[in-house]
Amino acid sequence: MSLGDFLQKAMSQWMREGGPQDDIILTSRIRVARNLEGIPFPVLQTDTHADEVIRVTQSALAKTQIPDVKFEFVRCSDMSALERQVLVEKHLISPDLAEQVKHGAVALSDNEVISIMVNEEDHLRIQCIMPGFRLQEAWNLANSVDDELEGILAYAFHERFGYLTACPTNVGTGLRASVMMHLPGLVISDNINRMLSAVSQVGLMVRGMYGEGSEAAGNVFQVSNQITLGESEEEIINNLTGVVQQMMDHERAARHALVQHNRSALEDRVGRSFGILAYARRIDSKETMQLLSDVRLGIDLGIIKGVSAGILKELMVMTQPAFLQKYFQQELLPMERDVRRAALVRERLRLDDAEVQ
Amino acid sequence: MICDHCKLRPATVHFTKIVAGQKTDYHLCEQCAQEHGDFFAKAAQAFHFNDLLSSLLNMESSPGFTSLPMSNARCNVCGMTYNQFTQIGRFGCPNCYESFASRLEPLLKRIQSNTAHVGKVPQKSGEATRSRNELQQLRKELQTAVTTEQYEQAAKIRDKIRELEQKLEG
Repeated sequence: MSLGDFLQKAMSQWMREGGPQDDIILTSRIRVARNLEGIPFPVLQTDTHADEVIRVTQSALAKTQIPDVKFEFVRCSDMSALERQVLVEKHLISPDLAEQVKHGAVALSDNEVISIMVNEEDHLRIQCIMPGFRLQEAWNLANSVDDELEGILAYAFHERFGYLTACPTNVGTGLRASVMMHLPGLVISDNINRMLSAVSQVGLMVRGMYGEGSEAAGNVFQVSNQITLGESEEEIINNLTGVVQQMMDHERAARHALVQHNRSALEDRVGRSFGILAYARRIDSKETMQLLSDVRLGIDLGIIKGVSAGILKELMVMTQPAFLQKYFQQELLPMERDVRRAALVRERLRLDDAEVQ
Repeated sequence: MICDHCKLRPATVHFTKIVAGQKTDYHLCEQCAQEHGDFFAKAAQAFHFNDLLSSLLNMESSPGFTSLPMSNARCNVCGMTYNQFTQIGRFGCPNCYESFASRLEPLLKRIQSNTAHVGKVPQKSGEATRSRNELQQLRKELQTAVTTEQYEQAAKIRDKIRELEQKLEG
């Protein structure tokens, strides 16, 4: 299979397509946590409980009617460790679910916009992930999936505390809204830490690309709400939208200043990064991310022409360990991965007609 | 200062271990500290959100918090004790929220800064809640209508409130 064909097949919609403000916003994501009445949370779950949750969820999903959405339901135990890891790298399941081999399951919509994790920390986690700045749209979709399921399943809901969740940090709306942003301008101009500490003071949290504890490789940050209780879904989404909007303004201003005052340094950085990616024979994933970030910035600022802007999103997932092994269809040691990663990046860059100014 | 162990790299991890009154000072480099078994590895590991949560939960036992006789409380459905909950930072089942309700308010205040849900209410299990929320909303609207002297509007809202109140009581 050619790389182009493989990409078409292996990529989720969020990796393949663009969206509003996608020069800065990679994805918008909504996740709601729901639990079933009368069944212990997964932390205390027996095999029987877990099977029960899977059974009722699967049959509820079969009855749901969401236009243009078909679900594929699969238990973690029916997937290989590599397949599960690929789903983690595509942000469709969490690392925790990938480890729930015995009790975990996931329902995926065919375009991979919706994923429903079963028996992660909560019985159900409904996720919608979309390219670009589309929080409201993602919430509307997640909300309609939730409505459909609620028509069939009995949710654990408390009059005072709202939707009950295993961890008190999710109780209430059970809603986590997050936006994945590419902020090279703020990082290069050394304004990022000020920005991040300001963001954390307004009740939001910032993490790296793969969530809790991961570092912000390639200048990619995830911003999400921290509070789930005492604010309505609309308030949560509006707050996050407002802050992200401001962060985008600052990022654009930083990029503009770089072009105005440091053009040659910027062009040098972008050109060198492109050169390394186009010719390197061995490269680790951290360096790949950093260079891809520079190249993407170069594309956004018109320094590189002819390379698709989606390349950052595509390759930041494609060059992850599990995805690489899936593409090359073999198990690879870290050193071998570095060689294959470089080959994959070179090949991908050759698919486009790059022109560096 | 040079690492006690490898005697090569500079010591950056300083550690005092007291076992049965016997005090030993360690000065290690990061690499040796990591290799020095779980005692040190734990300090070097990334700080987990869970630890943070359980330390928040355990604040009650620190000075300044009067200890309530709650730690033995047990959920009558899943059997989890409040103590266990503070250890793992997760509830055992939906009913735990009821069982530990008296302890929950200060906890939620600390981690969520709020203690009551506003927002989506499920159709099936939340009929009463929905009416109550609507009522609250209407009362707010009534106040605004009165302060802005829109009396006609205020009368309409008042009627709606009465209707809802009757429904809730009946």
